[in-house]
Amino acid sequence: MAKELWKGNEAVAEAAIRAGCRCYFGYPITPQSEIPEYMALHMADTGGVFLQSESEIAAINMVYGASGAGARVMTSSSSPGISLKQEGISYMCGAELPAVIVNVMRGGPGLGTIQPAQGDYFQATRGGGNGDYRLIVLAPATIQEVVDLMQEAFDLADQYRIPVMMLLDGMIGQMMEPVEWTHTPASDLPGKTWATTGTEGKRPPNIINSLFIDPDACNRHNQHLEEKYKKIIENEIKYSINDLVDAEILFVAYGTPSRLARAAARLLGEEGIKAGVFRPISVWPYPYDALREAASQDSVQAVVTVEMSTGQMVDDVRIGVNGVKPVSFIGQAGGVIPSPREVADAAKKALGR
Amino acid sequence: MAYNEILISGFGGQGVMAIGLTLAEAGMSEGMNVSWLPSYGPEMRGGTANCGVVIADSEIISPIVLEPSELIAMNLPSLDKFEPHVKKGGTIFVNESIIQRKVQRGDVRAIYVPSMEIASGIGNMRVANMAMLGAFIKATQLLKYDTIIAMLTQLFTGSKAHLVGLNEEALERGAACVD
Repeated sequence: MAKELWKGNEAVAEAAIRAGCRCYFGYPITPQSEIPEYMALHMADTGGVFLQSESEIAAINMVYGASGAGARVMTSSSSPGISLKQEGISYMCGAELPAVIVNVMRGGPGLGTIQPAQGDYFQATRGGGNGDYRLIVLAPATIQEVVDLMQEAFDLADQYRIPVMMLLDGMIGQMMEPVEWTHTPASDLPGKTWATTGTEGKRPPNIINSLFIDPDACNRHNQHLEEKYKKIIENEIKYSINDLVDAEILFVAYGTPSRLARAAARLLGEEGIKAGVFRPISVWPYPYDALREAASQDSVQAVVTVEMSTGQMVDDVRIGVNGVKPVSFIGQAGGVIPSPREVADAAKKALGR
Repeated sequence: MAYNEILISGFGGQGVMAIGLTLAEAGMSEGMNVSWLPSYGPEMRGGTANCGVVIADSEIISPIVLEPSELIAMNLPSLDKFEPHVKKGGTIFVNESIIQRKVQRGDVRAIYVPSMEIASGIGNMRVANMAMLGAFIKATQLLKYDTIIAMLTQLFTGSKAHLVGLNEEALERGAACVD
């Protein structure tokens, strides 16, 4: 199939529609407003619902309602807006409701800036809402990968009855790259027998709820969720590795910085230093074991984490590497993007050169 | 092996993003890998705008253009800001109509295009950016002239079909600025 030039945000929206998403609720915010804009233009053609809500909080609760009624539903926002959705996300995890939530990250904290950043990693992977919960978090690095992962995100959400977050940064949202639309066969998913679709007098009512007043019942619910999270860890870890052969430096980066790291690896190569790039694609569940295995390779002398933040994922890198090699960090925050030269210099410093 | 990192910069409204998009579309239709990355800000018309385009026959590693092999400077602030970052041996295309100074570096090629005079000569100010594009295509030989014409023919149909000729004229007059 021919390649088409797509803007990241618009590709997100088109991929969602192609994945069968039929409800979108959201509120505009830079740098992701092309997502609701595209949905407003095209969702009606599919017989679906586009609704610009009065706030991000309203949007996530509409997502809760539509998901409870069995719809394929999504919302999108950028950092400050995603903060507002955290209560709803916690409730959805508690009530085991599938949905896709797209965060096109910008600089923070607070209102921050509209430029790209990755300062929401802790919030995405540790949870910005209350309680013991997890959600699947996927972090693509190219527009093609955005498109490919959107379909999968909806399927994973339904398969595990869990919200899935697509964690992008403003650069991926705003840039354009060629996309090849490939037909993805629908996954073999179980029917949503739990959804509140009306009993028609034929079955007992389904109840969707995150309230378990009795502590034993609430504990049992938490243990049940924990079992589910363990299955996800077992089956849904995704990552990619480039140029690991003989690598002295192992860069670890997700999303846009993984591309900066590869550019830095190229610069290092010109100076005779071999560098590989380990890129988590699922940042929850995190590929701890695969990272440790890569870092354990004899040639690797130092692990360098690259982020558009002041250092968040580096915590997971340390957990993964678990002391087998030294871990260092290079990053910029607030919309500033570290240059490949800076990243290469950080690697040389880590090697003591 | 082609790995061109192009930076196009100017005021909002000068067609900066459109030049970049045209380059990216043309590169893609010639089977190359491309990326287009706009700088985005709160400004609309009149603010500064730039976009980076990478066109390569190998995988595009990073879409961010920090050291361009080609710079298309549509206004003076853009030339001032980005001239020092152009790669040695690179090319700077200067919109001579509103940039009064010359390129100061001796290790890059400089091409001067009076884009607005060309556009007013053709009778449509909106084709000024096409004059810059014409110079770019002639100087770099990165893309085929016919690819651009085919794109214009697809873009302008029906009542807008006459615009193909105007744009073609602008491309040619821009190309004529290249020795």
